[in-house]
Amino acid sequence: MAVTAGSSTTAAIAAPQAGPEAGARPLRIALIGNPNSGKTSLFNQLTGLNQKVGNFPGVTVDRKTGVAQLTATQRAEIIDLPGTYSLYPKSLDEKVITDLLYDKAADNYPDFVVVTVDANNLRRSLLLFTQLGDLGLPAVLALNMMDVAERHGVNIDLPALERELGVPIIPMNARKGIGVAALKIVMAQRLDTPPVRFWQPDEKLLPLVRQIRYYFNLHNDYLALHYAQQYRQISFLSAEDKVHIQELTQQAGFDATAAQAAETIGRYGRINEILLETVTVVRTEKREPISNRIDKVLTHRVGGYLIFLSILFLLFQAIFAWAQYPMDWIDQGISGLSAAIQANFSGPLVRLLTEGVLAGLGGVLVFIPQIALLFGFLAVLEETGYMARVTFLMDKLMRPFGLSGKSVVPLISGLACAVPAIMGARVIESWKDRMITIFVTPLMSCSARIPVYTVLVALVVPDQAAWGIFNLRGVALMSLYLLGLFSALGSAWALKKLLKARERSYFIMEFPVYQWPRWKNVGLTIYQKVSAFVMQAGRVIVAISVLLWVLASYGPGRQQATAEAQARQQATTRGWDAAETSRQVASARLETSYAGKFGHVLEPAIRPLGYDWKIGIALLTSFAAREVFVGTISTIYSVGQDADMGTLQQKLSAEKDANGQPFFTPARAFSLLVFYVFAMQCMSTLAVTYRETKSWKWPLAQLIYMTGLAYVAAFVVYQVLA
Amino acid sequence: MSFFRRSPQKAVISTATRRTAKDLRVGEAGTICCLEDPEMALKLLEMGCVPGVQVRLSGRAPLGDPLMLVLGDQEYTLSVRASEAATILLKE
Repeated sequence: MAVTAGSSTTAAIAAPQAGPEAGARPLRIALIGNPNSGKTSLFNQLTGLNQKVGNFPGVTVDRKTGVAQLTATQRAEIIDLPGTYSLYPKSLDEKVITDLLYDKAADNYPDFVVVTVDANNLRRSLLLFTQLGDLGLPAVLALNMMDVAERHGVNIDLPALERELGVPIIPMNARKGIGVAALKIVMAQRLDTPPVRFWQPDEKLLPLVRQIRYYFNLHNDYLALHYAQQYRQISFLSAEDKVHIQELTQQAGFDATAAQAAETIGRYGRINEILLETVTVVRTEKREPISNRIDKVLTHRVGGYLIFLSILFLLFQAIFAWAQYPMDWIDQGISGLSAAIQANFSGPLVRLLTEGVLAGLGGVLVFIPQIALLFGFLAVLEETGYMARVTFLMDKLMRPFGLSGKSVVPLISGLACAVPAIMGARVIESWKDRMITIFVTPLMSCSARIPVYTVLVALVVPDQAAWGIFNLRGVALMSLYLLGLFSALGSAWALKKLLKARERSYFIMEFPVYQWPRWKNVGLTIYQKVSAFVMQAGRVIVAISVLLWVLASYGPGRQQATAEAQARQQATTRGWDAAETSRQVASARLETSYAGKFGHVLEPAIRPLGYDWKIGIALLTSFAAREVFVGTISTIYSVGQDADMGTLQQKLSAEKDANGQPFFTPARAFSLLVFYVFAMQCMSTLAVTYRETKSWKWPLAQLIYMTGLAYVAAFVVYQVLA
Repeated sequence: MSFFRRSPQKAVISTATRRTAKDLRVGEAGTICCLEDPEMALKLLEMGCVPGVQVRLSGRAPLGDPLMLVLGDQEYTLSVRASEAATILLKE
C-alpha cells in the first residue's frame, strides 16, 4: 500500500507543546481500541519494562500504566484501557473506560487518546473511533496490522482518510515495532479537539440532551446523550443527579435501546461513506484466509477436542516434569546454603535465619518455575488466538453445568491461581454464569496446591511406571486435578439449579486471526506474574514462616524447660542414645510451645481425618494461603529433627508415630491430599470474591461449602483407607 | 426502530418466509435484513452485524453449536450461539 502520510500528519497537529503549563506534569495518554487490535503489543512497545499494574479506583479492573519516553526530554504516562467495541459498556471491564472518559474533572482524565485500529477491520474499528471523536477527545489513530491488510489486498488512501477523520493517522505494525517511532513523535505534540463530527443525536432527542447538557454544564451534546443512556452506571454522579436524569428521560419518553441502535446504524452509515472514498479492496487470493483454514482443523469435531486435550496434556507435562529440574536446583541450593550456615555459625539468630527465613524463602522460590511455565503457556494460547477457539469448542459442553464457553478460560486460569481467574470471569456478561464461574473456580487445583500435592504424593506413591507409558506419581497428580475439575462441574450444576436467572446469557465474540505469539509479550506476562507472586504471596509466606518459627520455638512460662527436663530424665532412666535423646527433647519442646498448644486445641476436631496436632498447626497457618502448608511443616519438622536433615521429604518420611511406625501412611497422606483439593484455604481468593461480587454472601458461602466438602471427603478417605 | 421486527411493517415481511442466520448451510451466505431481539441487537450491531452486511456460515462447533459467522468480504469471524444467530433475519 502507498504510505504517503509523512507530510500530511502534521496538518492536523497544533504547534509543538510549549507554554507555561507544559512542564507542570507529563502528558497523560490513554490507549483504547477493540479487543485483538494490537493494543497490548503497542503498549509494550511504548513502555517496555516501564509499566506497573494497579487497580482502577473502586473496582478491581487491572489498570496498566507505563511511562513512555517520547522524545529525549519528554515523557508521557500511558494508561492501557480494556479492549472494547463501543463506548456503551457491556461488561464491568468496559465500564472503567466510560468512568474515565466522561469526567473531564477526574484526576486521570487523559490529555488525548491513542486509538488502535485493525486495518483489516476498519469498518467495525471505526465505530469506537467515531464515538470518541464525537465526545470531543483529541485523538491519534494508530492504524495497526498494516502488513496483514496489505497481504489481503486492502488499499487505504491515508491522506484522504486523515482528512475525513480529522486526526493524524500512523500506519504501523505494533508487533514488529514498525511505526512506533512515528507515533511517538506525533504523541509528543499537543493535539487539539478534532474538528470533525461524525454523528448527531436525532432532532427529537435534542430537548432532552440539551436539558442534561446545561444542567451538568457539559461540553457537548454527545456526552449529554451518554449521560441519558448510562446515568445508572456512572460512578461519579450523586443519587440526586441520577434521579434528576431519570425524571428527564421519563418525561421525554426516552427509549435507550432504540436510541443506541439508531446511533450505531447511523455511525455505520457515515463510516461506509468514508470508507467508500478512502479504501479499496482487491482480493488477490481467491482461497479462504489462512485463519479459516486453520479453524477447519482446530475446531474439527474430533480433531478439535483431541488437539485441545493434547495441549492440556503438554501443559501438565511441562508443569510436573520439566519444572522439576529447576525446582530441584532451587531446593538443593536453599538446603545447601542452610546447612553451610548452620555448620559455621550457631545461636538463636542463626536458627531464626535458617529455620525461619530461609525455610520460608525456599517455599516461595521453588514455585517460580511452575508459575512461569503455566503463565507462559496461557499467554501463548491467548496470543495465538487459540483461547477463543477453546471457548467455542467448549460452550455446548459447559452449558448443562450452568457455565458458558467463556467460563473455560477462568477455569483453566484457575489452575494457575484463582485470584486472576475470578477477575477474568468479568468477561462473562451474564450475571448467573459469572456468579457460578466465580463460585466454582477455587475448586480447580491452583498452583499453590502443587507443592502440597508434590510433597505428599512423592511421600506415599512410588516413583515407577504404570501401564508402560505413565508415571504412577503423574497419574496420582492427574487424578487430583480431575477430582478438582469434576467437583467444580458438579458444584456448578447444583448452583445452576439453585440460582434464579435474571437475564439471558450472551456468547457473541470475535475470533481473533491466528498469529505467532509475540515472545516479548509472553515474557512480560511471565515476568509480571512471577514478580507479583514473589512480592505479594511471597511476603506473606516468609512472614508466616518467621512467625511460626517463633511460635514453635518458644512457649508459655517455664513449661518448655520443665518438659525438656522430664525428657532428659526419661532418657537416662531408659538408656536412650544421644540422637534419640535430642529428638525426644525437641519433640517435647515443640509440644509445649505456643504452636503446640494451638495444634492440641484443634486436634480433637481433626483426629477423625487422621491428623495430629502438628498437621493442625499447618492447617491453621495455611488458611492464609495453601502454599504455607509446606513452609509450615518444613518449619515444624526441622524444629523436631536434627539440623543436618536434608530436604523436606526426608524429614517427613523420618517422622514416626507413637508406635515408631512411619507417621505419613497412605491413608493420612491421601486424606490430606483430598482435604487440600477441596478446602478453601486462601484468604486472597475470599477477598477477591468479595470485591467481585460486592457482597460477603458469596465468599462466606464459598468458605463454608468448600471447607465442609473438604472435611467430609477427607474423613471418608481416611476411614476407608486406614 | 425500523429494523426491529416488532415494528409493524417489518413484521409483515418477516412472517411471510422467515429465514435466519441459523438456517444457513455451512458455506452458504446471506444478507442481514434486520435484527429481531432489541437487547441482542445492540451487541450484534456493535460487532458489525448491520443490516445490509453479508454473513456466511463458515462452520459449526463439533456439537452443532455455537456457529462461526464470517462477516462482510472475509473481514472477520464471529462466534455466536445458534439461539443468537436465530435473531438475525436474512433478506430473501
